[in-house]
Amino acid sequence: MKPITEIDGAPASASPVVGIDQTAGNFSYKVDYAFDAGTGLSEDTVRYISSVKKEAPWILEFRLKALKTFWDKPMPTHWATKDLENIDFQKIRYYLSQGQKPKRTWDEVPDDIKKTFERLGIPEQERKFLAGVEAQFDSEAAYSNIKDIVAKQGVIFVNSTEGLREHPEIFKKFFGKVIPTGDNKFSALNSAVFSGGSFIYVPPGVKVAQPLQAYFRINAENFGQFERTLIIADEGAEVVYMEGCTAPKFSTSTLHSAVVELVALKGAKIQYITVQNWANNVFNLVTKRGVAHEDAEIKWIDCNIGSRLTMKYPGVVLKGERARGEVLSIALANDGQHQDTGAKMVHAANNTTSNIIAKSISVGQGRSTYRGVVHIPKHLKGCKNNTECDALLINTNSRTDTYPAISVRGDRNATQHEASVSKVSEDMIFYMQSRGLTEAQAMSLAVNGFINDLARQFPMEYSVELKRLIDLEMEGSVG
Amino acid sequence: MASLTSHSATTVGAFTAEVFAAHLARVQHLPAWWLDRKRAAYDRFAALPLPKRTDEGWRFSNLSGLSLAGYKLAEPINHQQVTKQDLGAPGAGTLLLANHQLVYAEPLAAKFTQQGVIFTTLQEALLKHSDLVRPHLLAQPSKLGSAKFVALHEAFLENGAFIYVPRNVTVDLPLGVFHYASGTGTALFPHTLVVAEENAKVTVADFFRSSTGAGAQFACGGNDLYAGHGAQVTYLAMQDWSRETLSFQFNATVARRDTRVLSINLHAGARQARHESFSQLQAPGAHSEMLALTIAHGTQEFDQRTLQIHQAPNTSSNLLYKNALLDQAKTIFSGLIVVDPDAQKTDAYQSNRNLMLSDEAEANSLPGLEIQANDVRCTHGATSARIDAEQEFYLESRGINPTQAQELLVFGFFEEVLGKIENSQLHDSLAEIIREKFKA
Repeated sequence: MKPITEIDGAPASASPVVGIDQTAGNFSYKVDYAFDAGTGLSEDTVRYISSVKKEAPWILEFRLKALKTFWDKPMPTHWATKDLENIDFQKIRYYLSQGQKPKRTWDEVPDDIKKTFERLGIPEQERKFLAGVEAQFDSEAAYSNIKDIVAKQGVIFVNSTEGLREHPEIFKKFFGKVIPTGDNKFSALNSAVFSGGSFIYVPPGVKVAQPLQAYFRINAENFGQFERTLIIADEGAEVVYMEGCTAPKFSTSTLHSAVVELVALKGAKIQYITVQNWANNVFNLVTKRGVAHEDAEIKWIDCNIGSRLTMKYPGVVLKGERARGEVLSIALANDGQHQDTGAKMVHAANNTTSNIIAKSISVGQGRSTYRGVVHIPKHLKGCKNNTECDALLINTNSRTDTYPAISVRGDRNATQHEASVSKVSEDMIFYMQSRGLTEAQAMSLAVNGFINDLARQFPMEYSVELKRLIDLEMEGSVG
Repeated sequence: MASLTSHSATTVGAFTAEVFAAHLARVQHLPAWWLDRKRAAYDRFAALPLPKRTDEGWRFSNLSGLSLAGYKLAEPINHQQVTKQDLGAPGAGTLLLANHQLVYAEPLAAKFTQQGVIFTTLQEALLKHSDLVRPHLLAQPSKLGSAKFVALHEAFLENGAFIYVPRNVTVDLPLGVFHYASGTGTALFPHTLVVAEENAKVTVADFFRSSTGAGAQFACGGNDLYAGHGAQVTYLAMQDWSRETLSFQFNATVARRDTRVLSINLHAGARQARHESFSQLQAPGAHSEMLALTIAHGTQEFDQRTLQIHQAPNTSSNLLYKNALLDQAKTIFSGLIVVDPDAQKTDAYQSNRNLMLSDEAEANSLPGLEIQANDVRCTHGATSARIDAEQEFYLESRGINPTQAQELLVFGFFEEVLGKIENSQLHDSLAEIIREKFKA
């Protein structure tokens, strides 16, 4: 057994000014990697990743084409933050793993990796309320298991490598179709170097009673994680997928750039829940989009608490009649953080409806941004969109921005967008203090109240977790 | 100057260095500082590229419609071609400029001139009141994407109107300025500069029209509104250029302490019209109200970009842009409220309402906020929908025929803005422009 060295075991300063627990994942263990693509990005990096995964030639071709697209595309800094220019793609490690085959039981997982996930409480959660878990450690899943009862229903829950190798007839058809390689610079990067992530197929009519979960862990410094997830819910199927993520806080920045594609066929329902709690030096640049066919429903629940810069706009293409898309988004931006989040709703059939509710909290010098697109093209009728964005600013130097874009054609559709910016009312804090609460408790209550109607819609375990994360202790920061 | 000819024709279009030289020759008598600024502006215009697809400030805009080719400088016209019937409501004074020439004026009453009020052409103001004009004329930066076209406006600005109201003076009736473009291919660069000193009060109405059968024209106009401490400025602009015209209008408003600035823009004419409005609330108590009505017909495109910057505490602003869309018309509204870090107690509102009256119309809304202070009240909203079926049903149930019912409801939609005009004659003349447009 390899010796385990704890590099940075103790949680960093609890940041008493803001008191939000963004440090739960701030530890790392030394791990010896059997596979390492080295530092920097080139065709060789891509070929290395493809060869250790023993991929079919078409996948390597797909990757190399994507790499070219990535080099060709400019940084989107004409609308996005200039902070993106601080990413040095040649200083990142693109592939690190101990092996390509995930273990089916926690006992088989190497101790150094297992210790990480135990500390994060993953095996415990799996026993309690999950139908299946995949735990990704840097580039590959270290553990992947699905409960027998779910597997017997024909549900497939594997990582991307396995999915493409063992079930090409199911996954190849949709892979890269919802989010084409050239969608944006970072989806192209992901397409070139992707590794890990979940491929899920739920057969017609199967309703997966408990959520499937993936946990993403970055352990190595200067590492880039590029998982790829594809979820297909066949006709009338239902599935809830949850993902969590953490990384230790290194002195240099880390990149996480995932691509997540969802396909909800006729009458299917997919709910995708993210609680993003990366360390605040992670660039989190993620492309997430789903296609909802006739009568299908896709719901993104997206909570962004960690990272240095998050740019993520979960989208739904409403392709079939009466399809429904929803994005519920909570973002919390602390000192040194920029949560640039939002939603994208593309209506492409009659009588489709979409709903976006975004709430953001900016603390200290944190900056939260809502960016949205609602598109209702020509000759559709009965399409409706509702968008609500509320921003809460805690300190005098907190910042929030709202940049929606709404395009409507024709007179048979309706959209409404509303946004507001406010602070925690002094009256409210005063009232609670007069009832014996401390200022910090009052503030915490007020902030939790602000997100309560959204948090209520989450599965219980997650809403409890979220409340804990947003347990504010803000002595003296009011006014 | 020789180097300027090297700029490719595609970015300067008809406005080549030779044409600029011809324009300068016409205004040689104006002060040297102004001519220097014009030369610098021409260099900027020629050096800047045309908008590109990736420019955020031009998102959704039809860039191919922005070609500057095929236009010519306004030629002198026969005074008789313009009749006084073109004038609308009587007021405290009127100027009628046709192809930049003053062709008719109803001067200010003596009671105003004695108090020091100035109402004259921009050329005369540059000659006689250079010190009053210089600090305010095109003094604000261009922040909404049209730096190139603002430079073009400054370079070729030939004439316009200048209104100066000294401190504590109230001009109770509106001042009217008519900008008239005659002749096919004419390029017009109208400008209105309003300077209201401390506690002054004034209402100015700008009318923009083309001669009948004018065909394609190019209009690149601007207005600067300066409201000193405690001043109240009301500004109305009625844009009714020919339906083939490419139009730009640039507004810059500066609101000092305890001011009230109300601007109302009515957009009816042009093939493609871009309007940029930039309001700066510079001192506590400043209040700016930005209202606009657009009736978009046929294949017209109205592209409205606004920026309201709150630079001081306790300022407020209210923006309401209402668009009625018919046929294959297209509108773009892009607004941004910026609250600077120290501008606590800001109260800002921004709203864009699109009334869809056709199944082929297209409305784009980009309402934005950038807030850097926490003790603020900022909200915005954007809606797009057709006429409320219940309201329509109610009117019809009362015996009103569907066409009339629709007209009533559309007027109801506009009245929210029109109702802000205190002067009833101005209110009526705006309502009349809207009615005519609906008949057409």
